Amino acid sequence: MIFKLAYKNIIGAGLRTWLNIFILSLSYFAIIALQGFFVGWQDDASREMKNWYIAGGQYWQESYDPYDPYTLEDSHGPIPEELQKLISKGEAISILISPATIYPEGRMRNIVLKGIDPKQDLIELPTKYLTDPNGEINCIIGSGFADNMNIKEGDFIVLRWRDKNGVYDARDIKVAHIFFTTVISVENNQIWIALDALQEMLNLPGEATIIPVKDELYKMEFSGWQHKDLAFLLLDLTNLIKTKTIGSSIMYVLLLFLAVLAIFDTQILSIFHRRKEMGTLMALGMTRSKIIQMFTLEGVLHAVLAILMGAVYGIPLLNHFQKVGMQLGANAKEWGLSGLDDALYPVYGWKLVLGTVILVLVTITIVSFLPTRKIAKLKPTDALRGKMTK
Amino acid sequence: MELIKIEKMTKHYPIGGGKFTALRDINLEFEEGEFTGIVGPSGSGKTTLLNIIGSLDSQSEGNVVVMGNHIRNLSSKNAAKLRSQHIGFIFQTYNLLPVYTVFENVEFPLLLLGMSSDKRKQAVLDALKWVGLSDKVKSRPAQLSGGECQRVAIARAIVKKPDIVLADEPTANLDAENSHHILKTMETLNKKLGTTFIFSTHDAKVISYLKRKITLLDGKVFNDEIINGG
Repeated sequence: MIFKLAYKNIIGAGLRTWLNIFILSLSYFAIIALQGFFVGWQDDASREMKNWYIAGGQYWQESYDPYDPYTLEDSHGPIPEELQKLISKGEAISILISPATIYPEGRMRNIVLKGIDPKQDLIELPTKYLTDPNGEINCIIGSGFADNMNIKEGDFIVLRWRDKNGVYDARDIKVAHIFFTTVISVENNQIWIALDALQEMLNLPGEATIIPVKDELYKMEFSGWQHKDLAFLLLDLTNLIKTKTIGSSIMYVLLLFLAVLAIFDTQILSIFHRRKEMGTLMALGMTRSKIIQMFTLEGVLHAVLAILMGAVYGIPLLNHFQKVGMQLGANAKEWGLSGLDDALYPVYGWKLVLGTVILVLVTITIVSFLPTRKIAKLKPTDALRGKMTK
Repeated sequence: MELIKIEKMTKHYPIGGGKFTALRDINLEFEEGEFTGIVGPSGSGKTTLLNIIGSLDSQSEGNVVVMGNHIRNLSSKNAAKLRSQHIGFIFQTYNLLPVYTVFENVEFPLLLLGMSSDKRKQAVLDALKWVGLSDKVKSRPAQLSGGECQRVAIARAIVKKPDIVLADEPTANLDAENSHHILKTMETLNKKLGTTFIFSTHDAKVISYLKRKITLLDGKVFNDEIINGG
């Protein structure tokens, strides 16, 4: 009975009800959509980072610190025999890293020079371009870096480096390929050349700085090397997304606040405007608790109807975004956020949708109930006169 | 049978630091099937008396017993139960629920009683027939005239066949023709169903229909007389 009455009351309120429901459904939609984009970004970025650089985990030479350019020259060591076997089987790759300098268009630019096996297929880096039949040293670079340096495929750039004995040397290298990736950690200020060429240039045969491995479960310990798991290697990304998520939660709170405000306002207005109705209901024999239930249910029904309305336009829209992604513009990559391509593809899980629906429903139920507590003190005679009992 | 018994009843309202006495030392009894009016000028305590009899309010002193229930001792829930089962109300301003149709307004008291759908439908149609509104079943209050609204309110009050109908100035907002129509309807129902009707009024038209007239003046019973051959 209470449900029937509450439903009739909110439907009978006409436009005001539908406006509230629409605002509430927008909140559902926006919260789910925004969260979906963050989940999508995290999924995309993690997958791309694994595909392009991290693989299933990495071994780092113990003194390697990607954030300390001063120790980079000394961060190398012989590859452990066990890992060498994995490399031979194609289940690991060795990467040698060294600081270097290039001189594009007469300017000087410090870069990170990375050597990698041209035949590897563990990561998506297009290393096949590193082999040159004419004996040139080929290099590949990311498109963002190339644009930044105004370098094109086929260009020769002057590369200067220092070998293990501290002797400087320089030569021209050929830009064999410019690749596109959303993974900044493989392109930012980086030049990739063949591993054997770099080992020879640095006079470090058989040595490497990092060794990405295929299997995440491969965690053997080797002297002078430290295993870094995916959680560690993705930590920067996870933290970045966490920071962005916290920032965006202000948006969620605002959206939720708007929705809650609409319902709270409706409830307050209802209780204020419908005092006489409450008095009539009491005179007809309805108990205060039933009236409280009815008013609370009216608020909750707004949230339930908003789910239905939100589903009507939200599901097709969210599906559309999932298929075509949200276009971020051609220069989205320049924002410097890993995993961001020119489009962002959201991911909506049941957990996300159900969680949002439950969160909004619970909030609305509480907000719907709070103003109705006044009814508990309401005297029927005051209500019939349109007064609120103090 | 004694339906309502009021003994030495007084009602005070707190005003500022003091109190205002709306009713003092009231002694009244009402029997089944009465058609009684409580008359008196504004502020004489008519509505307060009806509210106390209807368990919407309670007295400050004395005893009020309605169908064996001591009004002052009733919990809010039991008072609601008493109203729901035994008392019908008719208000000056009709107090119909605006979003419901005529049928739904009249059906409402039966929903509170938990009556089955079939029985409800029959009872509502009967009540609307008694008040001559069978053709307005699907109308909403906003589509009805004042007289029609009050007839819906009467149908709502009598649909559950209560023992007592309390009507607070039922004709105050109606013209002479509608007032007579309403009073005729209530008089017929009183005779047909044996329902006790108690009115508060200061309308001379109403008085001509009453069988018993209780006059209140400054919160006291000034006169209690049987009239019109009652």
